[in-house]
Amino acid sequence: MEGWKGASVNQLVWKRTQLISIVVIALLLLMAILVNTTALRQQTWLRVLFGISALNFMLRASVPLILGALSGILCERSGIINIGIEGMMLAGAFGAFFFKVQTNSWPLLASLMVGVLAALLVGGLMGFLHALFSIRYRMDQIISGTVIIVLATGITSYLFDRDAVAQGKFGEIRIPLLADIPVIGNVLFNNPPITYLALILVVVLHVAIFYTRWGLRTRAVGEHPSAADTVGINVNRFRYLNTTLGGMLAGLAGGFLVLEAVGQFQEGMTAGRGFIALAAMIFGNWNPFGALAAALLFGYTQALQNELLLAGVTTIPRQFVSMLPYVVTIVAVAGFVGRVRPPAAEGKVYETEAH
Amino acid sequence: MLDETSTPLLFYSSPKLEERILNDQPVLQVNSITKRFPGVVANEDVSLALYPGEILALLGENGAGKSTLMNVIYGLYQPSEGEIFVKGQPVSMNSPRDAIALGIGMVHQHFQLVPVMTVAENIMLGSESVKNGLLDTRAVARRITELSERYNLAVDPYAVIEDLPVGVRQRVEIVKALYRNVDILILDEPTAVLTPQEIDGLFEVMNLLKSQGHSIIFITHKLKEVLRVADRIAVLRDGKLVGQTTPHDSTEAELAAMMVGREVILTVDKTAAHPGAAVLEIDGVAARDDLGQPALRGVSLAVHAGEIVGVAGVQGNGQTELVEVLTGLRHADGGHIRINGQELTNASPRQITDAGQMSHVPEDRHAYGMVASYDVAHNMVLNSYYRPPFARAGVINEPAIHQYATQLVAEFDVRTPSVDALAGSLSGGNQQKMVVAREFSRPLKLLVVAQPTRGIDVGSIEFIHNQIVSKRDEGVAVLVVSSELDEIMALSDRIAVMYKGEIIDIVPRSQATREGLGLLMAGVKD
Ligand SMILES: Nc1ncnc2c1ncn2[C@@H]1O[C@H](COP(=O)(O)OP(=O)(O)O)[C@@H](O)[C@H]1O
Ligand SMILES: [Mg+2]
Repeated sequence: MEGWKGASVNQLVWKRTQLISIVVIALLLLMAILVNTTALRQQTWLRVLFGISALNFMLRASVPLILGALSGILCERSGIINIGIEGMMLAGAFGAFFFKVQTNSWPLLASLMVGVLAALLVGGLMGFLHALFSIRYRMDQIISGTVIIVLATGITSYLFDRDAVAQGKFGEIRIPLLADIPVIGNVLFNNPPITYLALILVVVLHVAIFYTRWGLRTRAVGEHPSAADTVGINVNRFRYLNTTLGGMLAGLAGGFLVLEAVGQFQEGMTAGRGFIALAAMIFGNWNPFGALAAALLFGYTQALQNELLLAGVTTIPRQFVSMLPYVVTIVAVAGFVGRVRPPAAEGKVYETEAH
Repeated sequence: MLDETSTPLLFYSSPKLEERILNDQPVLQVNSITKRFPGVVANEDVSLALYPGEILALLGENGAGKSTLMNVIYGLYQPSEGEIFVKGQPVSMNSPRDAIALGIGMVHQHFQLVPVMTVAENIMLGSESVKNGLLDTRAVARRITELSERYNLAVDPYAVIEDLPVGVRQRVEIVKALYRNVDILILDEPTAVLTPQEIDGLFEVMNLLKSQGHSIIFITHKLKEVLRVADRIAVLRDGKLVGQTTPHDSTEAELAAMMVGREVILTVDKTAAHPGAAVLEIDGVAARDDLGQPALRGVSLAVHAGEIVGVAGVQGNGQTELVEVLTGLRHADGGHIRINGQELTNASPRQITDAGQMSHVPEDRHAYGMVASYDVAHNMVLNSYYRPPFARAGVINEPAIHQYATQLVAEFDVRTPSVDALAGSLSGGNQQKMVVAREFSRPLKLLVVAQPTRGIDVGSIEFIHNQIVSKRDEGVAVLVVSSELDEIMALSDRIAVMYKGEIIDIVPRSQATREGLGLLMAGVKD
């Protein structure tokens, strides 16, 4: 992003949004530190809004959204619309569960790793299938994504053995020293491994997309495929690769649900997280850090919903409180559509005689 | 020299060229290339050679197969038949990557630049410099600066493409090719988007490249340019190579005849205009483009009965938006439009066409001028199907439509097997004649024509020009918008030049020169 002169209006709007997000996150952190270290802790409402437990919940709820949004970014930056994240996530969750159960007798860590690999593999397979439908068979990408969701829902509930039980899940890994920082340490540096991985992946993908050869080519393929083709880049090969990688990340999000959050598989356990992740991707303007901020916002609303119900501070019926994350998602996306700019060639088949 | 039967490769009129063909080895040679698309033979048995350090002009009308031939040479298309030799070696190219490796670079007719990326990112794409796994943008920028100084092609490596004017984007494309160390450069219709001054600049760059040993294939359909800059000329018509010559051995008229296959008149015959009362009055009109940016900043212009006012300008200076506002297709943010004294600002298209007795030949005939999947007959009544005799009590009267269309097809020389043929199956020129037939055949006071001859054959151009002039002579007020300066000069009685959403000047035809208009198009006004 260095050295851009003559930034266009779109970029300026985006700069401002970035600034606002940073300010909001800073304020949240400040309040969290104040509430958790001073007498403000006595105030029930403040505890609901900024307590350690709310922040922990926020991060936990965000992880599948972050991974799902990164999955979407990988696919869509190369020009393939991915509304099938929900399905890839569910399939990944099931894959993780299935192999975790098969290896219950192994040492816990090995068995969990098999689960992670299975989540990646199954997710990647779903991603590849989506690419195959969209590229080779020129299916409309929205329809292909829907097919992925229906397929995943059907197959997982058919294959799911309700008596199977996975034993054990990932536990927290305390990072020495850093974890001792008040409030922040507790929230950020005392987490299970997939949570760390998700946060690291945000940085890695940011660098990869904007500063590496692969990223430059990916963006070119998603914005203007014939420009990439005329300099000898194989457009569809990039799309296959990125959609498969994206599927793997969505699968990992499902793996997180089974191996780190819940410990078991349930039918339809993704419960719309794939769609909220999609919203986070859009809200975050197809940028990893933007998606992170959006995922945290949506995660925070889920935390609030949870804390509100637990603390019993409100008389609003719980059904309405439970709607909070979805309402915020709709409002955020509705308010932002038109301000964000999707990759220009998204959803279009690219035909060429080259290669 | 217009003999079409001789084998092109052996067909040279000048002794110097004969000598050359015996002595020099071509850097690039194509032998008997045929390229078929489903239903179209775009190139048929084309053989052509390019020699070191020359500018070969490839001349041909729109649709002659020039771009296709170049895309075959550049590895984007696979030839159906024929061979390609580079520096004497037979080659087969599966992708532009292979062509680039052989030293072939191409600047495409439609620029191949990613709008949201920087100049440096676009230039390095596909040939990136990488340091420690990351893009080495600085090294690329340095190399770009070097190249732009050496070849006099000023570009800022860190500018974002979408902020750059078309002329600069073209320089970026040329630098992008040179960055890959090519010595054969293909320029596909590079002058179509430039002002006359920018064209001069481009020709200087081409000559500089030539003097440094590059060989260039320069594609165009403009005859004057060919005679100015080419060393050798090859003419393509209907996918076939119809002849080769040099600027010394040919004239504009000869080249035109070669291109079209018959003698053509390059000027429009017309008498002096006798303007009457103002029919169209545009007063301080402002509007925005699709992205919400100001596109018209207070345009004022009057067109009188019996005159043709031409609107000139480089593409993208508000001409499209002006026509859209006039015809009710775009909302005006300010100003007034009166037709026949009636206030019609922001009226609906049908109100404007009915009340104002206006006809519109749109710039993009495929999107706005016709329905490709309808037959010719129904296309002829798109603006009148709801009126008697074509509709009675809301029911369409097919025989009346059929009869009317048959009559128009004959009158306007629309070459179609029958009025039942799908409009999309006609050639571009005949599609445009169909649109013109429909729009010109009703009671008219005002005619707004945008890019009336874009992408069509010379024969149809002649016909349409004559139709426009005869409408003027009947007392219709005519506004012609065109990015072809020759067309503006040939048709107009007065010429308005648009620059950045304003009319920078209005010049009577008698006082207009190409140079003067060119300066105005670039925003220079003494
Ligand atoms: N990809 C394609 N598929 C089918 N027909 C094509 C394709 N590209 C070009 N054509 C056809 O081939 C002919 C030559 O086109 P083109 O090479 O673009 O002409 P020029 O560049 O001389 O204007 C036209 O009839 C055009 O419609
Ligand atoms: Mg062309």
